[in-house]
Amino acid sequence: MSDTKKKKDQSFLKRLTSNQLFIPLLALILLAAINLIVDPSFIKVTPGYNNAGNPVLSGYLITILDYGSELAILAIGMTLVTAASGGQDISVGATIAIAGSAMLRVLCGGDSRPETIQAPIIVAFLVACLVGMLCGAFNGLLVSVFKIQPMIATLILFTAGRSIAAWINNNELPIVPDPRFSYFGGFIPGIPIPTTVFIAAICIVVIALVLKFTNLGLYTQAVGINESSSRLNGINPTFIKFLAFVILGICVAVAALIKVSRLSTINYSVIAKDIEMDAILAVALGGNALSGGKFNIWASILGAYVIQFLTTTLYKFNVQSDALAAYKAVVVILLVVFSAPKVRETMGNLVKKVAPKKEVA
Amino acid sequence: MRLRKGSIFNKISDTNLLLIITIVIFFMMYIGAIIFQGGGFTKPQMFFNILNANASLIITATGMSIVMICGGIDISVGGVVALVSMCCAVYLDYHDGSILGSILIALGIGLAYGLVQGFLVAYLDIQPFIVSLAGMFFARGMTTIVNTAPFNVADEEFTALKLTRINVPFLGSYNKKGVWMPAYVEIGVIVALLIVVLLFVVLRWTKLGRNFYAVGGNKQSALMMGINVKRTKFLSHLICSILAGIGGYVYFLHVGSGAASHAMGMEMNAIASSIIGGTMLTGGVGNIIGTLFGVLSLSTIQNIVASAGLDDAWWTGITIAAMLCLFLIIQSIVMAQKKKALK
Amino acid sequence: MSDTTILKMRGINKTFPGVRALQNVDFTLNKGEIHALMGENGAGKSTLIKVLTGVYTKDGGTIELEGKGEVSIHSPQEAQNNGISTVYQEITLCPNLTVAENMFIGREKGAFTNWKHMNTESDRLLQKLDIPAKATQQLGSCSIAVQQMVAIARAIDMDCKVLILDEPTSSLDEQEVEKLFDLMRDLKKMGVGIIFVTHFLDQVYEVCDKITVLRDGQLVGEYEIKDLPRVQLVAKMLGKEMDDLSDIKGESASYAGDDAGEIVFEAKDLQSNAGIRPFDFYIKKGEVNGFTGLLGSGRSECVRAIFGADRVIGGTVKVHGKEVKISNPLDAMKNGIAYLPEDRKLDGIIGDLSVRDNIILALQVLTGFFKPFSKAKANAFADEYIKKLNIKTASADTPIKSLSGGNQQKVILARWLLMHPEYLILDEPTRGIDVGTKVDIQKLVLELASEGMSVTFISSETDEMLRTCSRLVVMRDRKVVGQLSGNSLTQNNIMSTIAGGD
Repeated sequence: MSDTKKKKDQSFLKRLTSNQLFIPLLALILLAAINLIVDPSFIKVTPGYNNAGNPVLSGYLITILDYGSELAILAIGMTLVTAASGGQDISVGATIAIAGSAMLRVLCGGDSRPETIQAPIIVAFLVACLVGMLCGAFNGLLVSVFKIQPMIATLILFTAGRSIAAWINNNELPIVPDPRFSYFGGFIPGIPIPTTVFIAAICIVVIALVLKFTNLGLYTQAVGINESSSRLNGINPTFIKFLAFVILGICVAVAALIKVSRLSTINYSVIAKDIEMDAILAVALGGNALSGGKFNIWASILGAYVIQFLTTTLYKFNVQSDALAAYKAVVVILLVVFSAPKVRETMGNLVKKVAPKKEVA
Repeated sequence: MRLRKGSIFNKISDTNLLLIITIVIFFMMYIGAIIFQGGGFTKPQMFFNILNANASLIITATGMSIVMICGGIDISVGGVVALVSMCCAVYLDYHDGSILGSILIALGIGLAYGLVQGFLVAYLDIQPFIVSLAGMFFARGMTTIVNTAPFNVADEEFTALKLTRINVPFLGSYNKKGVWMPAYVEIGVIVALLIVVLLFVVLRWTKLGRNFYAVGGNKQSALMMGINVKRTKFLSHLICSILAGIGGYVYFLHVGSGAASHAMGMEMNAIASSIIGGTMLTGGVGNIIGTLFGVLSLSTIQNIVASAGLDDAWWTGITIAAMLCLFLIIQSIVMAQKKKALK
Repeated sequence: MSDTTILKMRGINKTFPGVRALQNVDFTLNKGEIHALMGENGAGKSTLIKVLTGVYTKDGGTIELEGKGEVSIHSPQEAQNNGISTVYQEITLCPNLTVAENMFIGREKGAFTNWKHMNTESDRLLQKLDIPAKATQQLGSCSIAVQQMVAIARAIDMDCKVLILDEPTSSLDEQEVEKLFDLMRDLKKMGVGIIFVTHFLDQVYEVCDKITVLRDGQLVGEYEIKDLPRVQLVAKMLGKEMDDLSDIKGESASYAGDDAGEIVFEAKDLQSNAGIRPFDFYIKKGEVNGFTGLLGSGRSECVRAIFGADRVIGGTVKVHGKEVKISNPLDAMKNGIAYLPEDRKLDGIIGDLSVRDNIILALQVLTGFFKPFSKAKANAFADEYIKKLNIKTASADTPIKSLSGGNQQKVILARWLLMHPEYLILDEPTRGIDVGTKVDIQKLVLELASEGMSVTFISSETDEMLRTCSRLVVMRDRKVVGQLSGNSLTQNNIMSTIAGGD
């Protein structure tokens, strides 16, 4: 009787720890616990008013949700690219600069200080989407048709992206005059929750629907695991890989909208800097194999928020933004080391060795 | 039994084929530059300036090639170079350190990086990209923690070393006044060339070198053939990081300052140079001489762009990217042709 | 240890999570003996070999070597140092290195590579063994068979006392196999003990002296070859007396004479970029036919061309008399054609996906990108075929890669049966799987045909083909050279047609 119960407990524990969401959730809880111990006011969300006199909610949790949006959106596309191609796109930061720059070019019409916007925001956004998809298509073409390893193929846009972005606007830094444009990265008057949270939620719902009502998930995983047999089952692996990069391109465009809207302008060398690393980390933190194949998109999204949580926490402890990377690196290494199969196995054996001794005692 | 004779592709090994393409393209590019740009490119010093400015890139790129031949990647090298520069600068100026001490610091940082990254990649089986990504974050962050503001080193001994110039025999040009100006190189170039020769020998004639190729070619086979795959991988990362440390010191010697923004994107240039030089990221194929030419090609094109009057910052990035793209596609097509020829 | 004993393994145990792979297994090898290690898939042959070569660490038992006493082997390197060399089924060499390097790497002394010595030594050995390769050639530019021979040359040259050949013949054609056997006999004279693992019974009886049979991780027994006739060997391997093999034969005759059926698929001058000559082919409703020929004769390439797996570059294709265009696998699937590929691991299974996803994949793709099956429907499909084909799996959620080879093959078969094709192509469905499953698959083929499905069956084993097919297309050098059916369908006729030269 107790034996079966123990077995059940064990299998529950095993199921829990083998679940992909386990690692990011554990990290989230740990971070939350540390924050709560150091500063209990951490979870407080306070209503208030911003400069424009609109009601807004503020607090660390809101900040995390707000600033984690871009990352969560990118994590969606990055997960698909990782799963299908077995590699990562390291050009997302640079392509955000390109898409953002294109958006500004359309909005400001080539004038760096226009009086009014020169085109509707929706047009600018669609152009950005098109540009993002083109960048994705370029990467996708190199990866799927020319069979170049994704990291190396995307190295091209990584190197050239910010230069191209600068070139689009003749190296000027146009400022969008319309306050409505800043709603996307800030608050819509009257709604106290940051708009970015809604945008991220929409993206998540869209991808959930896509995964539910199409075979994108099955095809992507099949291609990522065994390209040759996928082809013999009637799947077109070239197209699926290409598609993954184009979807990431759309995610990039949405992220660019938020990024540019936050400032109403752009800084080519700084915008979305190092975000590719964060996005890749989000995928890895979500327990997805970076070598492709099976994926869990929800774990990646959760991973993205955990990384933002970490960033916010570090800022809270007065870590300089430049030094942030060092702390993140330590956390990342710890996470990766503890989730490495080899280490898990060793730890599992250790636990096994210790457990029977306890029983004897 | 079927043994297909045939296309020339199959007679040359992958490594040599890509090497030949790279060298030919470099010479064509340089000759093209002389014909169309004239001026500076005819002077030997122009060529040696390319070497002077890129000695540290040559060193880090050779390390990168070794890791890539062994089937891995290390994107922390740029960060390590910056960290080494900053630590050495702080040590020399704030702590009144000696040259020897600063060299030891550089080697120590490289060694520490190699040990940790190599252990994580080889013995814990963690993907090299993730490990070195964290390594890069760590190095960049540590650089700012060591010292936030960039500064120039004033140490006299160091400045003397930095300004040491070694004349190249028989090469040089007459300046406007008709005085013979011998071409010169900095100390770093000598170090870089020594390393290139040393690593060429290691890769070609030592067991360790051949093991790198075997592990990169097929890890499982290498294991079955009795090669210690883990140790080989570990050593590839160790060598790469130590070279990054040395490259960092050569960089420091060239610029004479410490700054968090030093060597930004150098890892990408190192990867690009390796690829242009014929190293395949899939592992098992590559050559140190190719990497040397990769660095030269990359910097020659940068110089051509600059001397063509396109000195807006963005052109450099775009040309490097275009070149990388070109070489990747050439590699991809050549390999596809080879595969087809075999079938 | 007696004088002639060279290797003695006693009471070997090895457990993997959830599986007892080896239980108390003994194995003895004498000097100058070719010793077959037989058993179904999952019987523990591979595990035993991997324990011996240090890939796995044994949980219990002892290994004794002549002159060394008890040894413990922890890595392939240590095995080599102890005089144990292995040639695996999959080529375990590095394609990016030269032939000479592949023969010498991992066993040179000192820190430096002596290229000159290595190249001359390799050329000498290659010549001696009559292997058509040059020492300085890149291995990747040699054919698979030559690569396999190089692997054997490497193993032989290592001054080995124990040579393990783990299914080395599966990628070799007949002449190459003959050459390998000559080599083995030479080595035997030199006193090398050879452990030979294979699925081909003919080969066992041609070269071996002794047979050790394993079943379910346990030792069944060790036998002199002359004491164990084939039927008994099969019986020992399966653990039951069986005459299923002979049973099937009688039934197949009934389909042979059926000329009335409608032509389901017809190809004229079909040609693909895989290097086969244009060929004509047809199949009738309910017919079982096959392509035969030596390995590399182009039989797989023909069916791949039919399925659109290779790029089709010429010819016309008719399905039910109507001309259609098949330029990729999806086109073929839409026309009711299914193809079970030759290389299960590379082209068949999607390793990390569950058994269920692997089963529904083809039908799902055919149904369309925007119409995914509901979870209940997918489960129903999977359960139906797991039961129907008697697939041994913990659940439908188990990743396919953790199943045994035979069961993986059944899953792939289920995938195509679920599609309810009119025309099913099976390319070496029985390669590398156990005898029991082999018989299951042969029976299934005949059953499907009797239900009206047309089947093309390819196998390296001619008697398997004779048992199932009513018509054989014979190939030589990437060209169709003849067709055999009815009374002319005999082993002798096939051989003479393949050999050609009249």
